[in-house]
Amino acid sequence: MAQPSGSNRGKEAHMEQLITFVVLIAIGYFAGTAAESRHYRSIRERERQFLNLPAVTARNFLDDREEVAGTMLVYGNVVVSLDYFKRILAGLRNIFGGEVKSYLTLIDRARREAVLRAKKMAGNADIILNLRIETSSIGQNANRKNAVGSIEVLAYGTAVTLKK
Amino acid sequence: MILTNVETVPGKRIAEHFGVVSGSTVRAKHVGRDIMASFKNIIGGELKGYTELLNDSRKQATDRMMEQARQLGANAILNVRFATSSVAQGASELFVYGTAVRVE
Repeated sequence: MAQPSGSNRGKEAHMEQLITFVVLIAIGYFAGTAAESRHYRSIRERERQFLNLPAVTARNFLDDREEVAGTMLVYGNVVVSLDYFKRILAGLRNIFGGEVKSYLTLIDRARREAVLRAKKMAGNADIILNLRIETSSIGQNANRKNAVGSIEVLAYGTAVTLKK
Repeated sequence: MILTNVETVPGKRIAEHFGVVSGSTVRAKHVGRDIMASFKNIIGGELKGYTELLNDSRKQATDRMMEQARQLGANAILNVRFATSSVAQGASELFVYGTAVRVE
């Protein structure tokens, strides 16, 4: 059998790269979509559970007549990263501009999750005052241009328990 | 020690101010976590290792701030704020600051 020529070997290498690329996209797409819808379901359910614990951005929401039993600083944080498929989508979006929906849902999920964790920490408090949400990018790609590495979302506020 | 991120401690009167107290820590993630995170980068979603790491570091920074306030004789810290900045590749600084006061 004849040795494969140089250009043939080059084609094989290209094929391998292409296959890896397609496999990564497929994994990213299927696993990422499944994880996202599962996460949204769980977020919606827990948000319903915490309906009786409102979180407000107001600093002074309390009536003078209400007696305060306890105060506590509560916080919740989440670190999320993008899947391979979304990264490609966002890369394509960079060409035409416009809203990058794939990033949007990821950060939205992270924010809601962080707020839920802060509420969980509040326990049986009655209200969370001065809720603040902070987003920062961390990790390997944080300082690189045009790259979203991992994003950390931190939500914090003051949980107040009233005397009943 | 009472911590709040509003200007008062709801339901309490401020007796004395001690000025700003702060605590910070710079943390790098370790290799094992980094490898797990790069796998997770294919699928996307929450990186639990990093979440825990940052949560622990923030607690440490808060503890340092509380220690400083305790030395001043304060029993509450008002208007607590958190700040995060990435100082170098793979390392982030977690900074927390507030106003130490004594409440009655």
